[in-house]
Amino acid sequence: MVFLTRRATFSASHYYWNEAWSEEKNRQVFGKCANRNGHGHNYTLEVTVAGEPDPVTGFVVDLKWLKDVIEEKVMAAWDHRHLNLEVPEFATTIPTSENIAIAAWKRMEPVIAGAGGARLDRVRVYETPEIFAEYRGEA
Amino acid sequence: MKAYFGRRYSLSASHRLHSDALTAEQNRAIYGKCNNPHGHGHNYVVEVLVGGPVAAETGMVVNLVDLDAVVRIEVIDRFDHTNLNLDPLFTSTVPTTENLCRVVFRLLKDKLHAIEDGDGGTRSAEADYKLEYVRVEETENNFFQCFDAGSDISIA
Repeated sequence: MVFLTRRATFSASHYYWNEAWSEEKNRQVFGKCANRNGHGHNYTLEVTVAGEPDPVTGFVVDLKWLKDVIEEKVMAAWDHRHLNLEVPEFATTIPTSENIAIAAWKRMEPVIAGAGGARLDRVRVYETPEIFAEYRGEA
Repeated sequence: MKAYFGRRYSLSASHRLHSDALTAEQNRAIYGKCNNPHGHGHNYVVEVLVGGPVAAETGMVVNLVDLDAVVRIEVIDRFDHTNLNLDPLFTSTVPTTENLCRVVFRLLKDKLHAIEDGDGGTRSAEADYKLEYVRVEETENNFFQCFDAGSDISIA
């Protein structure tokens, strides 16, 4: 089994807000992230797939293909967008790094599974070089 | 849904690799420059990963403010700008980065859940997480990672 990771970067804005809470509680829990005008990050997405190298090509997956999957499924929808206001899955879900990792998984996993080769192993999202979240498809 | 949250911290410290169980010659042969008597320093990077359910109301595994507070109290305040060899945890354990990694894991493991708010409750909605791994980068070119501390590391 070999694990192959492809990185991609996107820039987006977001804010953290729970509509069920008072403004005071939102500010207490989310701090500066609760500023309703939003703020932005340069995100780095790491997509790791796992599988056996093909005996003919030596590829776990064709990296160009994986790059295109990331581009079409995630980058086209998220890059230079306001996640809360423009991305459907964050209309009611707070776009934390955890939820961004889960949403990226849901966008790509069916395509990768459908290709019948490698399986999606994990998605890691760096919000800054020091802060990241990861999803491995667990319930 | 289970996810993971990771954070990277920096700390600067000195150490000397030397074992009292070895002769001076053996120490020199095994540890080389790292055995120089007055020690040397590194800018360490400590990467911490916690895993747990994503709380619906916050979208978080852990609030990074809470995670930062624990790591600062248990690790950064303890080791940053210190000589690791002088810490009680390293009086009989060589402060290799393998051992630093395990010590950090041990220090954090029991502290990384149920942060009390002083009223008998927890400050976070997300108190169900646990430490998955600690990774310590000694330089940009070498790093160490552990998923448990091992039974011989005691912080008692």
